[in-house]
Amino acid sequence: MLPVHIGCGAGFAGDRSDVAGPVVDELVGRPGERFLIFETLAERTLALALQGAREQGGEGYSPSLERLVRPVLRKCLDSGIRIVGNFGAADPGAGAKKLKEIAASFGRPDAKVAAVEGDDLTGVLTARQLAEREVGDTLLSDSPAIVSANAYLGARPVAEALDLGADIVITGRVSDPALVLGPLVHCARWRENDWDLLAAGTLAGHLLECGAQVTGGYFADPGYKDVPGLEDVGYPIAEFHEDGSIIVSKPAGTGGRVDRQTVLEQLLYEIHDPAAYLTPDVTLDIRAVRIAELGDDRVSVVGAKGRPRPETLKATVCFEGGVLGEAEISYAGPNARARARLAADVVSRRMRDRAPGLPVRIDMIGVQSVFSGISFDPSPPGPAGDCGDIRLRFATEAPDAATAGLLLDEVEALYCAGPAGGGGVRRRLARRYKSASCLIERGLVAPRAYFVD
Amino acid sequence: MSRTRVPLHELAHSRAGDKGNTLNISVILYRAEMYETVARQLTAERVAEAFSFRKPTRVTRYDLPELGAFNFVLENALEGGVNGSLGLDGHGKTLSFAMLQIPVEIGAG
Repeated sequence: MLPVHIGCGAGFAGDRSDVAGPVVDELVGRPGERFLIFETLAERTLALALQGAREQGGEGYSPSLERLVRPVLRKCLDSGIRIVGNFGAADPGAGAKKLKEIAASFGRPDAKVAAVEGDDLTGVLTARQLAEREVGDTLLSDSPAIVSANAYLGARPVAEALDLGADIVITGRVSDPALVLGPLVHCARWRENDWDLLAAGTLAGHLLECGAQVTGGYFADPGYKDVPGLEDVGYPIAEFHEDGSIIVSKPAGTGGRVDRQTVLEQLLYEIHDPAAYLTPDVTLDIRAVRIAELGDDRVSVVGAKGRPRPETLKATVCFEGGVLGEAEISYAGPNARARARLAADVVSRRMRDRAPGLPVRIDMIGVQSVFSGISFDPSPPGPAGDCGDIRLRFATEAPDAATAGLLLDEVEALYCAGPAGGGGVRRRLARRYKSASCLIERGLVAPRAYFVD
Repeated sequence: MSRTRVPLHELAHSRAGDKGNTLNISVILYRAEMYETVARQLTAERVAEAFSFRKPTRVTRYDLPELGAFNFVLENALEGGVNGSLGLDGHGKTLSFAMLQIPVEIGAG
């Protein structure tokens, strides 16, 4: 049943909606089994989806579902390209129903849409039991208000849904590589201890899961690493062979580049120990991976090694994390830096009196912000040794909006009561969700796949 | 032949990734023959020092000589990470270029 061709239509929920089209067009012309995956579920997305469902009457699935899938759904169904996406977030069943509905609107009410569930731990473990299983920290010991708790499922339930004949599989929380490994397990019938093959399939998933990050996206550094046609960067397609070798490419006529450098950057992305990348299905070792350029934006990747999967499953627990308050103001022209510094002092002093203990972070955008604290070249650009155009940013975090708002009010008050020439105040409050990681016994999790109608 | 100090940016490219409050930064050499030169200088200690402004509790370097690359893991370096940081870049995505501005010596020796 191999080779299998798997394309990626999105690497995150905010990805472009016009990139899956060229991937599907390319897949249509390829023989054999073909799949399109969408990865849209970052750590907090689940908590945000739940909040949306509870407070704004939204759905529990990812709001990106329709925007990303609709443009290619009909062609996928008509061409036998099956779709696997983790759009399900807090409610994979509802996401699957929505897709069924969209398919019906295209005249394909017969589309077989499956949901994969079983990742939700809220009815399985109590807050205390989750706290007992937290790793790396003790955030859950303070009894925070838990919003969601989800185990990372592996490739098996995805493969099972495809075994049952699904055209489309919508999951909740699964490991990102499982979106690719699931179709491979379905097609190749690997056993649970085919570690090297499972590792190779996981590697294919890891290379695809962030979309354009392997085809020249998030890569360009002008003069050092130039990328042609970045505005039309093509999304990746992996061709997976019987021997575990992977060929990564992108659709003809798209921008971007696929070569040793782009593949290597993505290979190491979010990896800790290269000898032990832990997933629910296998422990992946990438130390002996070899990357060879085949020309024409095609790259071969071989050499993944596998070892037995971890005994436990990772779970992410999201809980209420208060409110983030941010406000900004600009100072420009002569002596801008000194005026910005003075504004920072004024707000700091007033906050010390009005909200003692509340953290206040200050960035001088244009002078120093994301590299805050690092030593830098003290000779500033611009006339008369000034920085010219400074955006002063304040940020705080508080248990409630009223407290965080104290800082925002102080920044706004700079309009009349701060240093000369401040302008362009913007202020924003945002609910925050924090997360903790737990390790869960496999026996507590019962993944299942079912069709919706 | 004299030695020259250049930013690592001249020799390597890099991408940063986050998992919670842990940051990983790859360092990928443009030319594999520079591996030893960079390996000697870009020690975990040196990187810990360069990133002291982020107060990592531990810095580990993983060597990937066959790939001409290193992977650095900086624990607790993200000011609480994307869900906790008060900074603009809670993911630490810009920090690959903090790595690439570390000076290294090249030339004879």
